[in-house]
Order: sequence, then C-alpha cells, then structure tokens
Amino acid sequence: MGRDTLTGSRIRERRAVAGMRQAELAKAVGISPSYLNLIEHNRRRIGGKLLVDIAMELGVETSLLSEGAEAGLISTLEEAAADGAQAGAEVDRADEFAGRFPGWAALIARQHSRIENLERTAVTLTDRLTHDPHLATSMHEMLTMVTAIRSTAGILAEPGEIEPEWQTRFHRNLNEDSQRLADSSQQLVAYLDGAGDAAASLTLPTEEVDAMLSTHGFRFDDLVEADATELRKFVQSQTELTSEPSQGMAMTVIRQLLDDARRLPAGRLEVLVAELGAAPVDIANMAGVPLAVVLRRMAAFSKEVLPVACGLVMCDGAGTLMLRKAVDGFPMPRFSAACPKWPLFQALARPMQPLRQVVTVTGRDARSFECFAVADPIGPMRVDAPPLYHSYMLIIPQEAHAVDGYEVGSTCRVCPSQGCEGRREPSLLA
Amino acid sequence: MGKSVLLIEDEPNIIEAISFILSRDGWSVATHSNGHDAVGVVVGSRPDIVILDVMLPGKTGYEILRELREVEGLVDLPVLMLTAKGQVKDREMAERAGASRFMTKPFSNSEVLEAVRDLVTG
Repeated sequence: MGRDTLTGSRIRERRAVAGMRQAELAKAVGISPSYLNLIEHNRRRIGGKLLVDIAMELGVETSLLSEGAEAGLISTLEEAAADGAQAGAEVDRADEFAGRFPGWAALIARQHSRIENLERTAVTLTDRLTHDPHLATSMHEMLTMVTAIRSTAGILAEPGEIEPEWQTRFHRNLNEDSQRLADSSQQLVAYLDGAGDAAASLTLPTEEVDAMLSTHGFRFDDLVEADATELRKFVQSQTELTSEPSQGMAMTVIRQLLDDARRLPAGRLEVLVAELGAAPVDIANMAGVPLAVVLRRMAAFSKEVLPVACGLVMCDGAGTLMLRKAVDGFPMPRFSAACPKWPLFQALARPMQPLRQVVTVTGRDARSFECFAVADPIGPMRVDAPPLYHSYMLIIPQEAHAVDGYEVGSTCRVCPSQGCEGRREPSLLA
Repeated sequence: MGKSVLLIEDEPNIIEAISFILSRDGWSVATHSNGHDAVGVVVGSRPDIVILDVMLPGKTGYEILRELREVEGLVDLPVLMLTAKGQVKDREMAERAGASRFMTKPFSNSEVLEAVRDLVTG
C-alpha cells in the first residue's frame, strides 16, 4: 500500500493519541463525522486546507499525517525487524508504530545501527586475529625461541656429563634466547594493548571519506585554485578523517572532483542543463567531457540546477560501493552488497557505454528513479594490461511513479521482491 | 661411521641444540640455514634423513620438499618437517608436499631423536 493512502489511518491514530472523539474533530474542522470516518478509513482522499486544519487541531505537523514518520526511520525499523525476524515485529505497521511512538522508534533504530556497528567490529577483530601478519610473526618468533630454550634446557637438565665448553655455550644460548623471548613477548603485549585503541579506527577509511564528502555535498569548487599544500591542510582539517589512509583516500577523491570542476565549471553546467535538461549524455557531448565527469558534477550541483537533489554511487570492478551520495527513497546498503540489478553493475559488463534506465525501488514507497551509469577505466593506459574500471551511477528522482520501471532493491535481505533471479539471500521482509 | 642427517633450519641456537643431541646419539650431522640452495645441498650430500624447517629465508620448506620429491632417487628420502604452527592446514600441506613426518615447535629433544631413529630404521 502506498504511503499517501495511509493518511486517514494516521489521522485516526493521532486523534486517539490526542484523546479526541471523531465527532469533536469533525466539528472543529467543519465536516460531518461520517465524512471524517470515511477519511479515517482511507476511503476518501484528503489533502489541501482540510488536512492542514486537521493537523492543526491535532497539534501535529501536516507532513506527519501526509507522509507518516520519516522514511529513513521506517526503513531502519524494517531492517531491524528483518534482523530479528523471530521476534515477529509487525513489519507492515512500522509506519504506524513510528508515528505513534516516535521516541521509541528512534531508540530502536539507533540501537539497530549500533548493533550493526558492533557486529562489524567483531568481524574486523576476528579478521585481525586470523590474518594479522604482525601477530603471526610475533607468535612464530615466540614459538621459535621457546623451541630453542626447551631443547637447550633439555640437554642441560639431562643426567650425565657435558663437556664444560659445551655447557658454557648452552648456558650462553639459553641466556640469549630467554632475553629474546622476553623482548618478543613484551612487544606482543604492547601490540595487543595497542589493538584495543585501534577500535577508534575500526570505521573503514571509505566510510570516513563518505562522511566527509557528504558534509561538503561532493563540492570543493572553492579549492580549485588551491595548491598541494593548501589541499593537504584542508584534508587534515577535516574532522571526519581520523587516519592517514582515509586522508589519502579523501585526497584522491577530492583531486578528481576538482579536476571535474575545472573541466565543467558550475556556471557552464547550469547553462547546459537549462538548455538540454537533465540529459547527462547530451551534456557530456556538448561540453566535450567524459560522461562520468557530468554524472559527478550533476550529483554535486543537482540541488541548484535541477528541481530535485540527485544521488550518486560508485563501485569498483568487484562491485564494492566506494562512494555514495544518498538520495531519499533509494537506500544504499552500508555494509552488505547492493542489489545486482542496479544499472551501476550492468555498466561494468559494458565498460564505457552509457546506460540509461528508469528503475522502481521495491518496497512500500516504490519510488522511481532515472539512472545514468557508465564504467570508466582508471589509471594510466598500459599496453596489454587488463584495465580496471570504476562504475558511476547518477540517480535522478522521478516525480511520478513509473509503471514500467525496472524493479531494483537495496540489498536482498530487506527486499520484498519475489521470484528475483538475482536473489543472494532470503528476504526477511516478504 | 653413523648415519647422516642434514638439518635445514635458520635459527642458530636450535641448530646447535639439535646438532648436539643427534651427534651424541651417533649421527653425523650437517646443517644448512637458508632456503635458496637447500635442494642442491641435499642432492649433493645425499643424507640418510633431512630435518626441514618450514619457515626458511628464500624458499619455504614446502617448496623445497616438493622439489626434492621430483629428484630421481629422493622420492623415498625420509624428511621430518618442523613448523611453528600446528594447525591442521599446515599438517595437510606438509603431507601433500610429501613429508614423512611432521613435528610442531616447541618439541622435546627426545621426540626429535625418536622420530629420526624411527624414520631411518623403520
């Protein structure tokens, strides 16, 4: 059921919360109780002044009645419900729940995010223990020392005579090895102590870069004239970037965005969009720049040059999402892999060919988006070396629901789609 | 003249200790401490048994062993592998590479002696 069709239910809930009788509310806004009853049962559409009046009588924002609780909150609640499916949360009533108990809903959403983070920390730590080369080397070193000591001590402890010369030698070896064992165990302890602090850096550099880019809306046009030193200073001053690797990654991305800004200045982009509309391929041809440049620039300046803010997502050849500019109604998974039906991934199969596709996101909002995607080779050209690609996708929200939109999801776990060949894991929503 | 053993290991004090106990037991002990040319040394000296550490500079014990098994006349050479990691995975790798026996560090002197005696007479 569409979100807007539930306005009546929300009015009914809110009226109950306010402790107001149907007749009372009807009278206050000047309609008959039976008409209000029809509205409350979603049998009559409601909007305009009447909705504003009712909202005012109930003391709530109009948007709370027309849109329900914030879409982001609902989708987080749905994810939480999916993760704890055995608890039997009433997923179909998430909207109602969030509307009636916004505080509790926010609490659940926050706890869900926290659990997700903690689970990832646990995975990261396990990985570290299994694959950490430093730890492996330390353990190897210690075992080697212990072996030498055990063997030498065994010889010295055995009954029977050992020539004094050998005895002295083994005593010396024993002394040396025990010293080395002490050193390496101290190092190991120091390292493990340090590993505790490393929790701070457990956010991946890509996440930090993501956060920093979102803060700036993918725009760094003020820095177009900046030299290398100023750029470095700027990156170091970004609070989101807590480690050198993330600063390095941010630098790479910013350099690319600055290059884009030089190739296609905001003013020029605005003129081209005014002339050609939201048509990135035409704009790229007219401006004589690669399509990926236009996609990135349009995402950065969509608020100014288009009626709506657009999203952007980038992945590498392994399908790992590396950049995300969020857009309402098109959820991008944070940790899990995304929906394989995204045009973003189709573009990887046809490198350098522009793709356009209208998609409709599964779920109750079922919003439609026009997507443009292209996969471009990265790095310098090399003879006979297979190129690596980065795929970009611009996501333009559509006003109307597209009936023939290609169905895509966010990630399998929270996607209700049935009979999808691309499904990787069962949905916990359906 | 006793039987000969070649010990390929890079930790000097382990070399010293194992050499000592084997010599005392009547073995003629030669040692070698890097991976690069270990195969050549085995082929040149033709010992009765090789004690081979897994972690060696230049080449791993597994690689050396695989190469040895391809040399004519060395298919049945007894090889005792030493490793500082006792995981199932290591044991499997050693078996696949053709180890006669596998021993994890830290081992005791008597274990080494016993294994070497076993492998050569048995």
